[in-house]
Amino acid sequence: MVLGRNFEDMCAQMYYRGKMFGFVHLYNGQEAVSTGFIKLLNQPDCVVSTYRDHVHALSKGVPARSVMAELFGKATGCCRGQGGSMHMFSEPHNLLGGFAFIGEGIPVATGAAFAAKYRHEVLKQSGPDGLDVTLAFFGDGTCNNGQFFECLNMAQLWKLPIVFVVENNLWAIGMSHLRATSDPEIWKKGPAFGMPGVHVDGMDVLKVREVAKEAIDRARRGEGPTLVECETYRFRGHSLADPDELRRPDEKSHYAARDPITSLKKYIIEQNLASEAELKSIEKKIDDVVEEAVEFADASPLPPRSQLLENVFADPKGFGIGPDGKYRCEDPKFTQGTAQV
Amino acid sequence: MFEALREAMIEEMTLDPTVCMIGEDVGDYGGSYKVSKGLAEMFGDLRVLDTPIAENSFTGMGVGAAMKGLRPVVEGMNMGFLLLAYNQISNNCGMLHYTSGGQFKIPIVIRGPGGVGRQLGAEHSQRLESYFQSIPGLQMVACSTPYNAKGLLKAAIRSENPVVVFEHVLLYNLKEKIPDEEYICCLEEAEMVRPGSQVTILTYSRMRYHVMQAAKTLVNKGYDPEVIDIRSLKPFDLHTIGKSIKKTHRVLVVEECMRTGGIGASLRSAIIDNFWDDLDAPPTCLSSQDVPTPYAATLEDATVVQPAQIVAAVEQICQ
Repeated sequence: MVLGRNFEDMCAQMYYRGKMFGFVHLYNGQEAVSTGFIKLLNQPDCVVSTYRDHVHALSKGVPARSVMAELFGKATGCCRGQGGSMHMFSEPHNLLGGFAFIGEGIPVATGAAFAAKYRHEVLKQSGPDGLDVTLAFFGDGTCNNGQFFECLNMAQLWKLPIVFVVENNLWAIGMSHLRATSDPEIWKKGPAFGMPGVHVDGMDVLKVREVAKEAIDRARRGEGPTLVECETYRFRGHSLADPDELRRPDEKSHYAARDPITSLKKYIIEQNLASEAELKSIEKKIDDVVEEAVEFADASPLPPRSQLLENVFADPKGFGIGPDGKYRCEDPKFTQGTAQV
Repeated sequence: MFEALREAMIEEMTLDPTVCMIGEDVGDYGGSYKVSKGLAEMFGDLRVLDTPIAENSFTGMGVGAAMKGLRPVVEGMNMGFLLLAYNQISNNCGMLHYTSGGQFKIPIVIRGPGGVGRQLGAEHSQRLESYFQSIPGLQMVACSTPYNAKGLLKAAIRSENPVVVFEHVLLYNLKEKIPDEEYICCLEEAEMVRPGSQVTILTYSRMRYHVMQAAKTLVNKGYDPEVIDIRSLKPFDLHTIGKSIKKTHRVLVVEECMRTGGIGASLRSAIIDNFWDDLDAPPTCLSSQDVPTPYAATLEDATVVQPAQIVAAVEQICQ
């Protein structure tokens, strides 16, 4: 959680210094949900997120330097600089994105869960623990979108190993959840489709972890999906371009008092699980990681012009046959982007 | 043709257990055009998945499954329904390989019948090839005979790229003897239908048959048209097309999609860009009218290009 918080704070700094561009959506305040859920996963389990995906990436194990380099638009970023803030992908960590349109990642997550079931039932490739689980993260605004409902239906119909995690931070840019939703209790939409719907305090990482464990284990055993609504809050605006003028100060201070990091620190100290000094040294280590990530990203090269067309097709024969009878991709000037397309 | 497509599905699903089918009524019903008849019994309900009516979501599901190693074939019961899946086809099929920096492949096939049928009404008579053609990262092919239907579908399934295979409602009952031995058609190549010397006629899908009908008339009148079925709508096979234009110096495109922003529009631009010096006449294009396909038979006939118009156009070009 501290890594997530420090990383996002660094992103804001870098953005205002002109090192990061475009739409950047920070996760401050919601760390308990990411940590509470993703830290329970194994490597083969999948995570699908939205544009607010930096911390999901970090929780799933993507190195901070890869994420930072991606945000700086450098060739060493996890997506070679081609994705950016809203499109974090990592095949080795099974992070299936990073999606800019809300709701469009949910079917992809459903597909990953379908593939897990398929591997088990058709290909007879079973893991020792059970089915590989997929987590789909999305917000309150997405819960009014068709793809959400269509996927709840299909996931329950086929008992797919997926957990739908709603990060209800009460706001979709400037649209209050209460103004957009006829019945604002999102967890209730689970039982409407035949799956359990659970509401949890998303500012308390231990409570999130408890609920997450049950939902993930359920999915792994093949009992199907769960809808988990996490009540959480983003301390910053929707994105770094959002002036955040609509949210009332008393709402912000209410949730600031429930800061998941402060709460966990307090719990750890009170339960004598670690000393102040130990926690301070962890924080120092994390500061170093984030600093190193920035140094790495700064020092990394920008993608060269020749990278432009490289990943358009997995099979570059898709660029077609040129007038000379040869496949375009066989012309080195083509991939360097200097030949006429 | 539906049997050829079915054979392609059976062969590929037998060869590779990661190939699966996703769509409405593909399982128990056997496909609304019988392409998957009997497949659910052969391969099971998970490999031939009957979906609820949720095109955007089940296409997206296909994308997610493809990212995790499966090779889904998503059927749009009618191509027009895939307009609902445009979000997933454009943003996810086309783009994810790129935005993930090449980490994930999307070896998905999206297929279904489109085109103007017999009085099916405007919404069931759509031609989506022109809508999808700008999506980067997508390949598009249109099959027109049982032979190339089987070959192209097999190639599309084996391709690592996302491929959209356009079939035509009126061509499913075409019969043709096809080889028993396995064969594949190249996704990027066009097909020479009738070699000639006087004018190049480029066409695809159902219009191939209108062109061939017109060709009979033209031959009787003493003309010698070269007919090429472009098959690959994206990318264009500029080699076959170019070779032909360098020979005949005149080109006519006959297509079923609408005039505005259609495949013909792109094809003409590509021809002008690449073969301007070889042309003796402006590249001409016959397309469907920019009109929602009317229900009435007379109006529907007037919407699409008819053989008589093709004959007249060739006579005009060859003056």
